[in-house]
Amino acid sequence: MERLRSLMDIFNGDGNADRVVPPSGFTARLTSFTAASMAFLAVFALALSLATGRLAARWDAELARTSTIRISAPEGQMAAQSEAVLEVLRTTPGISSARVMSDAEQRKLLEPWFGPDLPLDTLPVPRLIEVLEEGRGPDAAGLKLRLAADAPGAVLDDHTRWRRPLVNAAMRLRILGVVSMLLIAGSTAAMITLAAQSALAANGQVISVLRLIGARDVYIARAFVRRFTLRALIGACVGTGLAIIGVLFMPAAAEEGAFLTGLGFKGWHWILPLLIPPLAACVAFWATRWAAFRTLSRLS
Amino acid sequence: MFVCDARKDEKRGVKHEAEKTLIELKNAGFTYGGREILSEMTLQLQPGSFHFLTGPSGSGKTTLLNLCYQALLPTTGMVRVFEQDVRAMTRDDIARVRRRIGVVHQNCQFLDHLSVRENLALPLAVSGRDDDLHPSNVDDLLGWVGLTERGDALPPELSGGERQRAALARAIIMSPDLILADEPTGNVDWEMAQRLLALLVELNKMGKTILIATHDLNLIRTVKSEVSARVLRISNSKLQLAGADL
Repeated sequence: MERLRSLMDIFNGDGNADRVVPPSGFTARLTSFTAASMAFLAVFALALSLATGRLAARWDAELARTSTIRISAPEGQMAAQSEAVLEVLRTTPGISSARVMSDAEQRKLLEPWFGPDLPLDTLPVPRLIEVLEEGRGPDAAGLKLRLAADAPGAVLDDHTRWRRPLVNAAMRLRILGVVSMLLIAGSTAAMITLAAQSALAANGQVISVLRLIGARDVYIARAFVRRFTLRALIGACVGTGLAIIGVLFMPAAAEEGAFLTGLGFKGWHWILPLLIPPLAACVAFWATRWAAFRTLSRLS
Repeated sequence: MFVCDARKDEKRGVKHEAEKTLIELKNAGFTYGGREILSEMTLQLQPGSFHFLTGPSGSGKTTLLNLCYQALLPTTGMVRVFEQDVRAMTRDDIARVRRRIGVVHQNCQFLDHLSVRENLALPLAVSGRDDDLHPSNVDDLLGWVGLTERGDALPPELSGGERQRAALARAIIMSPDLILADEPTGNVDWEMAQRLLALLVELNKMGKTILIATHDLNLIRTVKSEVSARVLRISNSKLQLAGADL
């Protein structure tokens, strides 16, 4: 209960406890600057984490819904095998639609590597069939067996080998974002602890006088805790505000799904950065309280 | 004169049992850096008593006062304050006990960023007794120690004598049961010294227990003519009862 009361005192205020600690401009600015910087970084780490999460989900969903069948066959058999594949797909559960990609579409796919003037008709380029899935998709193993029987030149690519590393990479980036936020919280706590210890050491005379007149440790600690918590809260509000403005000016997610676009918040995710200042204040509260009681116990 | 009324404590439920002995030392000793500063100290301060502590400079008077308000712990023997063994006290216990002891140090310390008036009121704020604080009370106290005009000054602006008077005012604002003063008249002129002593005598007549460390024998003689004061002398680390030569 006493801890809860201490937390409430932060906001209720105690004019006398506040005034016993002399104003210390440098430490105040240092604490606020640290909190602002850390909040700024935390917002970007949060944005990165959420964006990579969204990217992973999008890649996973988009690639999971489609697959490709590649047909490599002599020129004379290409049309027949394509027709056989389409027939197999028509009778396979979990397939929404399938269509043979046109030469123009295939040229467009190859254009980034071979340029716009690729003579597609003179090259032995495999024919591609785009398959859109529905529900839980087809049974890939069964489909492969049927394709092998009816169209020996057809190879099913369900994108698993592309999807898995991409999704894994995105998920790892997300974990990195979360770890970064934890490190930021830890660093904030460490820096505020050091600043609080420094402030306590610099106010040895204040502590000595307060003890002489019968102040309990909780009274002395409260004065420091309130000051550092409010500084951290104000600093974190400024840092979070600036970071949110920065995020607003980030480029929106490109249609192509480029990785460095779409680094921001969407929908209810905008609430999350607003939690950073109160969390910073909580970190400052516990860090200063711990530092204060530790220092005071050593001074006795 | 304003001092907090101890009866208000009772109304708040803060009851102080009537102790038979406020300070009790039993074979208490204190050694620092291998040097025995105090040894085999046996002393009892009864409520309402007035004691002087004398002895040459460096004899251990300040150390004995420090033992009485738990700024130091004895290295040997036992010290009991308000009938509690100081070794068994938590820091919160010590804080509570110190609210019943007014201490006037040789080198008085204040919160330098607060005015004299705010420093005087600080013990009340620290103990959560802000409701006992009225500006006129602090003004009365300032007038009593001759600092009416200096209430808004900051402690670093005060002279040595003014600091001692302010420290005395701060020490008594809580109406403590026990007042420990270390050379309280060391930096003031004779007239002010007599005024301060008159103040302490008046407090003693109100039932407060006083222990003053001083080497000023004239001061002791002045007080002994007004109240029954015992004089203790520290000599060769030991406590003796003096008196015959005063």
